Amino acid sequence: MNILVLMKAVADSEATIKPAADGKSVALEGISWVIGPYDEYAIEEALQQRDASGSGEVVAVSFGGDDVPKVLRNALAMGADRAVHVKGTVSFDPLATARVLAAAVKGMNYDLILCGKQAIDHDHHAVGVMVAELLDIPSVSVVTKIERAGDKLKIEREVEGGVEIVETAMPCLLTCNKGLNEPRYASLKGIMAAKKKPMDEVAAESVASQVEVLSIQSRPPRQGGEIVGTGVEAVPALVKKLREEAKVI
Amino acid sequence: MAYRPLDYYDMNSLLTDEERMVQQTVREFVADQLMPIIRDCNRDARFPLELVPRCAELGLLGAPYPEKYGCASLGPIAYGLINQELERGDSGMRSFVSVQTGLVMYPILAYGTDAQKDYWLPKLAQGEKIGCFGLTEPDFGSNPGGMLTRAVDKGSHYVLAGTKAWITNGTIADVAIVWAKLDGEIRGFIVETNREGFSAPEIKNKFSLRASVTSDLILQDVEIPKENLLPGVKGLKGPLSCLTQARYGIAWGAVGAASAVFDEVLTYSLSRIQFDKPIASFQLVQNKLVWMATEITKSQLLVYRLGQLKAAGTMRAQHVSMAKRNNVGAALEIARVGRDILGANGISSEYHTFRHMNNLESVNTYEGTYDIHTLIIGEDLTGIAAFV
Ligand SMILES: Cc1cc2nc3c(=O)[nH]c(=O)nc-3n(C[C@H](O)[C@H](O)[C@H](O)COP(=O)(O)OP(=O)(O)OC[C@H]3O[C@@H](n4cnc5c(N)ncnc54)[C@H](O)[C@@H]3O)c2cc1C
Repeated sequence: MNILVLMKAVADSEATIKPAADGKSVALEGISWVIGPYDEYAIEEALQQRDASGSGEVVAVSFGGDDVPKVLRNALAMGADRAVHVKGTVSFDPLATARVLAAAVKGMNYDLILCGKQAIDHDHHAVGVMVAELLDIPSVSVVTKIERAGDKLKIEREVEGGVEIVETAMPCLLTCNKGLNEPRYASLKGIMAAKKKPMDEVAAESVASQVEVLSIQSRPPRQGGEIVGTGVEAVPALVKKLREEAKVI
Repeated sequence: MAYRPLDYYDMNSLLTDEERMVQQTVREFVADQLMPIIRDCNRDARFPLELVPRCAELGLLGAPYPEKYGCASLGPIAYGLINQELERGDSGMRSFVSVQTGLVMYPILAYGTDAQKDYWLPKLAQGEKIGCFGLTEPDFGSNPGGMLTRAVDKGSHYVLAGTKAWITNGTIADVAIVWAKLDGEIRGFIVETNREGFSAPEIKNKFSLRASVTSDLILQDVEIPKENLLPGVKGLKGPLSCLTQARYGIAWGAVGAASAVFDEVLTYSLSRIQFDKPIASFQLVQNKLVWMATEITKSQLLVYRLGQLKAAGTMRAQHVSMAKRNNVGAALEIARVGRDILGANGISSEYHTFRHMNNLESVNTYEGTYDIHTLIIGEDLTGIAAFV
């Protein structure tokens, strides 16, 4: 089975994110870039499906700037066979991103496309399904289990209060959710092998963004708390404040 | 609480992408697999044997050795980083990996026959077999050349007799590299631990390296086949060359333990309020923090340069002595000072500093005590040996 994994380099969740001087973007100095956590489920699943099918390859595809190759190397170290860096600047507009990715993968040979259900920076939950739409293939989102049944896939997805089970033909695109699998660590041998695996760079199609970011602002710092009193005696005063001032009860 | 190691001089920017990935992998492994259990392991004096297959899967055992034995063929800096990240968790886990890699796989690789290498190295890399290294004896620690353990050539086989003491992994080992005198000369022997006459009782009630197994090895006329002799080396330089490998990893590991302590203590000093202020705002506390940070940064620079020398093939045993001596000595002192900053909380197992402090007491002693390394470097500088 040939599988494409669409993944995005995102800031490490430990990073402190601050607005840049222009007030419209994020300050990028000192941030370390990682594979988006939902994209990690996609890679892990791709590796497992490839190995279970006994043939084919996993190709990691990522759109973005100079931080992308490092992150793609990680996917190769986990076990992807090769990587494609679609080089360009990612805008805020998920449709623009989807058009770039769809154009990049159009000519590729795939049975399945996997990606995370969202990238943890813009949190659009949109790019994956938009790519499927543009490629005119079926898609299922927020997937927690994938079972191969001949040339079809039986898929479980999370819905409010339960599980929905659907079936789709391949090729298709699935967006992956937590619970799908337990992503592996890149082994040291994998890391060393990744050096020798091919990574191609292609220029991103130029697609105009239809959404403009006007400003990015930090949240105002939290105000200090107020100590109403101590012990049981303070409870009535606290309840009163919670009801009348904070209006939370 | 996420671990934020000190990197005051941006050492990270000196690392290659591979080195950074190796560091990240081991850091995550330690955070996910070791940190949640290490307190209990330490309390129960239990080595987390269940992590050995995970270590093997990641390629942590014998990481610098050739791919044909199933190893990752890592460079010295990446190998150093493995030790650093493991020891930020616990010196015991790092000791396990150091012994398996530097003291068991290394002598087989360096001095073994092809048959010995082909048989043992893949099994040791896969964690299918665990090894230990028997040099120290009850009466010969800093002076291993005086060892009493003997091997006698019986024509068709050798017979080994003697007692080794303080042997890491001894009780859980499948194989021991035993150093013994054959016709008055020190030789290395591969001894399967299930041989008749071999036993390895565990040393109990340790205050230090509690999450690591330490044992005596008792060899009561153990018969081993001739092909178990390591043919490639004679004399004290055999075991000492292995110690150079392991000490290299220890020098890196100490940076990890010190960084773990510093991270914990800095965070604590910013949140602990006395006299209406965080204790970090007092000059005396800042003085300690600055000293700790400076010592850690110096230690990082020493091992990084040592790694470059090792990669260039110009590293000498005395270079390793300097880094082992300095970094472990500094880490131990950092842990002691850190324990003080933590106040009463510092003696609670809620905090990791005391465990590191206790562990580092062993690390300061084993693989050449602090003072023995002083003498090694002293001899190197002056040409005068001051051991006796
Ligand atoms: C937890 C642990 C694990 C260990 N694991 C192993 C292992 O796997 N394999 C192995 O072979 N050994 C192992 N050892 C043993 C370790 O290497 C020895 O403890 C070490 O070499 C010191 O020897 P000793 O304890 O006999 O101390 P001694 O040699 O008796 O030294 C005692 C003190 O005297 C000082 N001293 C000794 N000689 C001199 C001198 N000439 N001049 C000045 N000062 C001197 C020392 O610096 C030290 O302060 C381990 C030890 C520990 C604690």
